[in-house]
Amino acid sequence: MPQDREIAIEVQNAVKHYGTFTALKTISLSIRDNEFFTLLGPSGCGKTTLLRMIAGFEDVTEGAIYLYGDEIDRLPPHKRPVNTVFQNYALFPHMTVLENVGFGLEMLGKSKAEARARAGEVLEMVRLSQFAARKPSQLSGGQQQRVALARALAPRPKVLLLDEPLSALDLKLRKAMQVELKHLQRETGITFIFVTHDQAEALTMSDRIAVMSEGELQQLGEAREIYERPRNVFVADFIGDTNLMEVTVDKVEGSRAQCHLGGGHKLTCDSVDGIGPGAKVHMSLRPERLFLSADPVEAESLSGTVRETIYIGTDIATVVELEDGPQFTIRSSNSTRGNARVFEAGTPVAVNMEMGAARLLVD
Amino acid sequence: MAGGAAPGGSVQSKTYREARGWLLLPAWVTLGILTLAPLTIMLVYSFLTKEFRGGVIWEFSLDAYDQFFFDRGLFGDEPPRIEWTYIGIFWRSIWQAGAATILSLLIGFPTACFIATRPEKERTLWVFLVTIPYWVNLLIRTVSMKFLLRDEGPLSDGLIAIGAISEPLGIVNTNLAVQLGLFYSYLPFMVLPIYAAVERYNFALSEAAADLYAPRWTVLRRILLPVVKPGIVAGCILVFVPSLGSFLAPDLLGGAKNFMIGSLIEEQFKGNAGNWPFGAAASMILLTLVLILLIASARQSQKRDG
Ligand SMILES: Nc1ncnc2c1ncn2[C@@H]1O[C@H](COP(=O)(O)OP(=O)(O)O)[C@@H](O)[C@H]1O
Ligand SMILES: [Mg+2]
Repeated sequence: MPQDREIAIEVQNAVKHYGTFTALKTISLSIRDNEFFTLLGPSGCGKTTLLRMIAGFEDVTEGAIYLYGDEIDRLPPHKRPVNTVFQNYALFPHMTVLENVGFGLEMLGKSKAEARARAGEVLEMVRLSQFAARKPSQLSGGQQQRVALARALAPRPKVLLLDEPLSALDLKLRKAMQVELKHLQRETGITFIFVTHDQAEALTMSDRIAVMSEGELQQLGEAREIYERPRNVFVADFIGDTNLMEVTVDKVEGSRAQCHLGGGHKLTCDSVDGIGPGAKVHMSLRPERLFLSADPVEAESLSGTVRETIYIGTDIATVVELEDGPQFTIRSSNSTRGNARVFEAGTPVAVNMEMGAARLLVD
Repeated sequence: MAGGAAPGGSVQSKTYREARGWLLLPAWVTLGILTLAPLTIMLVYSFLTKEFRGGVIWEFSLDAYDQFFFDRGLFGDEPPRIEWTYIGIFWRSIWQAGAATILSLLIGFPTACFIATRPEKERTLWVFLVTIPYWVNLLIRTVSMKFLLRDEGPLSDGLIAIGAISEPLGIVNTNLAVQLGLFYSYLPFMVLPIYAAVERYNFALSEAAADLYAPRWTVLRRILLPVVKPGIVAGCILVFVPSLGSFLAPDLLGGAKNFMIGSLIEEQFKGNAGNWPFGAAASMILLTLVLILLIASARQSQKRDG
């Protein structure tokens, strides 16, 4: 149905049941050509299921999947021009690295020589040329990971699917691979669909992110949009750190809303669609958009007492107990300027907000 | 420790080595009694002179081997010609055992794959079902097989009843009956090692191959079979070797024409008519043959992996 060449993958009202269990509840999303797209969500939310439906390992219970306008949801996996980097790599243990990488090309009918040449090229790209003759069991985890990547890239798929490919690597290697993956995506121009449960990884790597929870799409947008304008409590809480508190809405004017806290303290927040006067909703305050001062800076400043300060390295987090009850975390950068806003435990302080720091959320 | 000169580590490792030597003693004794001693006795007997009422005379002789390979006429005074009788029996045995092995592989491999892909709780039950018939004595099983296969038996009658054949099966006393008998005797030895290999197989490998454009049969041929090959080789050896020396199935199902090595050897030690050195020599020749096959297959798999 969709004929758009700009859309690599179109998932339309896809539903997945495993017996009586519903793993995906009516998901629709479009993934653009040449995009680094991330499916993000906690473990068990259905990311792998959706990816396997695109690859062809699971059938769709209802709905349709299109690849550049062609419906693919009835094709067997070996007829879909998409390749997968598996979570545990699934390298063929009886083949050398070079044979592993050349396998897909051979299956596409390329001659042995041609397959070898292209496989060598791709191994070069992931800097593994010197290991071409080894068996996968003779490589480290990180190297196996790059072989899996090379094997999936070698046949030049239209879309590359990556299911938590970095989760088995240690932190330092993971950071390096994040950069390398991003770089490879730019270089090859292939659309990447990347699955992760790590929100920081998703934020640093993705052009756009789909946040999922319990088989449902919660929000889809660019990293900045998802972080700064979360649509609901789940997204605000899952992406980054935040302070959530309940407020009552008094008045809505355009995109701004007047609210008050339980103790009656008045606040002005950014609002979202679907919130009207009288509603009791949650408000999100990002810790880095708040700052402390000895005296209130403005009328809306909240007052409280410092409970503890936590040294994080790049930042210092201060936990403040508000007069109205809830605890707040405030972050300031570990710099001369930031440190001027750090107070000892027990000091009474004012919590001040930058413009737009407070956001209302639907549940 | 005593002089303080020897480093503690080496003293300790020496006592450790001694202890390990003692602990290995039962294994060495068992190996010696159960393997080396009988083999040595066989080897020695094959080079002795035969006593006409069974047993041996303690006198060195190459007669047994000579009789196996050469024909010197009725009175032993003609120039030697190659004796084809026993070589023929060996050849037929290899052929029969090979056919039984292939039959077991064709039936055993899908069976093993089927069991290995059942839900984990069900697998033990299936393995149990496969092995149940083997609680019954081999002799009884082979006789029952004869009753099943004979002309008035249920298989023949059944096939006639459904009109698949018009004449009785006529399968007993043929090579096929022996092959079926051997196949049935040793099937679990094929199923179990393959099952163990397929159960350990990571089916994500099949998915990865399909993802890389391999159709189903190619996945089987290029990925599954090579990865579980050690299990297949083990199964084939475990069926082939006992089939080769088997005598129950050929005796009961094959009749006099379809004599195999096992029966030949058995006869040499039965009653008073036997020829012990000849039986021992035939056993040694069989053993040599099996060893050559095993070494060749080990070499082959080493070359693949190395
Ligand atoms: N083959 C299956 N049979 C039954 N339930 C399954 C199967 N595969 C996945 N599930 C269930 O579907 C849900 C989503 O799983 P999955 O897509 O693997 O989540 P994620 O990759 O986000 O961690 C989970 O609750 C999981 O238990
Ligand atoms: Mg998953």
